[in-house]
Amino acid sequence: MMSKHLELTQVGIDFPTPKGAFTALQEVNLRINKGEFISLIGHSGCGKSTVLNIVAGLLNATRGGVILDGAEVTQPGPERAVVFQNHSLLPWLSVYKNVELAVKQTLRGKPKKQIREWVMHNLELVHMTHASDKLPAEISGGMKQRVGIARALAMEPKVLLMDEPFGALDALTRAHLQDSVMEIHAQLGNTVIMITHDVDEAVLLSDRIVMMTNGPAATVGEVLPIELARPRDRLALADNPTYNHYRHQVLTFLYEKQKKIEPVNAKQTAANKACSAKGKKIDAA
Amino acid sequence: MSKSATPVLSISQTPSNPWIEKLTQRVPLLLLPVIGLVLFLAVWNGVAKNIDTSLGQFPGPAQVWEQAGALVDEHNQQRTKAEAFYARQEQRNAERVAQDPTYPAKIRPFTGAPTFFDQIWTSLYTVMVGFLVASLVAVPIGILCGLSRSSYTAINPLIQLFKPISPLAWLPLVTMVVSAVYVSDDPMFSKSFVTSAVTVSLCCLWPTLINTAVGVSNIDKDLLNVSRVLRLKPLTHLRKIVLPASIPMIFTGLRLSLGIGWMVLIAAEMLAQNPGLGKFVWDEFQNGSSASLARIMVAVLTIGAIGFVLDRLMLSLQRLVSWDKNSVLR
Repeated sequence: MMSKHLELTQVGIDFPTPKGAFTALQEVNLRINKGEFISLIGHSGCGKSTVLNIVAGLLNATRGGVILDGAEVTQPGPERAVVFQNHSLLPWLSVYKNVELAVKQTLRGKPKKQIREWVMHNLELVHMTHASDKLPAEISGGMKQRVGIARALAMEPKVLLMDEPFGALDALTRAHLQDSVMEIHAQLGNTVIMITHDVDEAVLLSDRIVMMTNGPAATVGEVLPIELARPRDRLALADNPTYNHYRHQVLTFLYEKQKKIEPVNAKQTAANKACSAKGKKIDAA
Repeated sequence: MSKSATPVLSISQTPSNPWIEKLTQRVPLLLLPVIGLVLFLAVWNGVAKNIDTSLGQFPGPAQVWEQAGALVDEHNQQRTKAEAFYARQEQRNAERVAQDPTYPAKIRPFTGAPTFFDQIWTSLYTVMVGFLVASLVAVPIGILCGLSRSSYTAINPLIQLFKPISPLAWLPLVTMVVSAVYVSDDPMFSKSFVTSAVTVSLCCLWPTLINTAVGVSNIDKDLLNVSRVLRLKPLTHLRKIVLPASIPMIFTGLRLSLGIGWMVLIAAEMLAQNPGLGKFVWDEFQNGSSASLARIMVAVLTIGAIGFVLDRLMLSLQRLVSWDKNSVLR
């Protein structure tokens, strides 16, 4: 066992409402090793994003806390870079300038040449050097998300936090980006926490899948270690019995153990099923 | 191209020239405003003939056109007079200096009455000063209100209280305060100018302030989170995130403000006697000659045209500054 890298201890959070405090999370405990790829999966509204935002420092836990390399997380910072769901590129800056803004914060006062090289290096990691002078509005959704990842990587984060990074993309683009993320993770070895709705995505990318129970007072339900050799190939894994076993376990957790009863969420569940069905088709292709 | 277009053309029986086609498509767009204008002139002409005032018949388009020409002529005459005046002075000075080399040459300014065009210029200058002062105050306060919930809560009641006040209500107060405070032996600006500009400022502060505050407070939360994750310094945050994100709303406010400022200015100039278009209208009204109403009508149309041009200028400026070149601005 490696030394403690990222530790969530007894994390809980309450949000004030007119009817009194609403407990969104309760007793979330998680130990993450350096270089591990963790997926958070669970139904909508179960507090996955809240966990991520607490690790990012964008939200402060009411109870418990997060420790990264021996220091408590109290505010956001570039060592815990976030890839947002809607890419969140600044629309008035070119692709290059968007990444440069992040680089200028982390390499403050360094010579211009070094900054330029680092920006281009990170754009190269996500294969986006060709569009460096384009504005975000001029490139596709998948490309925007690539740039979002490049911006996060450029901060040289200890932990890369991804909030449903591919949720808004079509299935083919998503598969493409998943491969890119696996490639980058193999190359750089960052610790990654990723939120996802997609069971295939979680099994394909993760070292461990953290499955969350439904809210209110959501917490970690089960943790599933994925012991599949890397590099992983989506085509080869499609017929792999171990892979399908993992998938089945996650699906069982989501749709049997944590089945949502509220009628409002029936649509969401259906959408999720449709999503994973789409994923299967790609695997078969 | 022509091959694929042929069947369509044979059906519609239109000439195959694409230019003519384009023109025929545009014709309604060009023609409709002209029709509107002609109708307006006709109605104006008809109604004017039936209105008899103590200053004679209400002016129709023809009389107004005539007076517009007269105002241009007066302007030219006044310019010629001024040139002659300066030429005479220089000649006289040259003669005096020739007689007595120690004579200090003096040039006295021309003191003829300001012409219509001088008055347009004064109005533009006054409104711009008032508008600039208001913007310099409103944008920073608006940004502050947008950034901080508590300062918004503190300032909002004041905004709501002062926003609906008519310029005519402010004017007596402003006049008295300017007379009391703005005292100097060699004033850079006339008091009437300062009074008008301050009144304009007081009235066109609010749209900019409110729109800036709304623009800043509605910035996408994800963008603010990006700034927090990057730990941008407050000033960088303002420069890189807040200002560009709220530019469209700031400009919406500025355009509204300039429109209001221009309306307010005419009223302010009438009462403050600042020698601009407002004073022109007032003087013609007091003068009461048979041509007065037509001359006022010229001023009215000029005010409208200048207001329109000012708005278009602001729109072009907004297009120039805004990052979102695709957004429809109108």
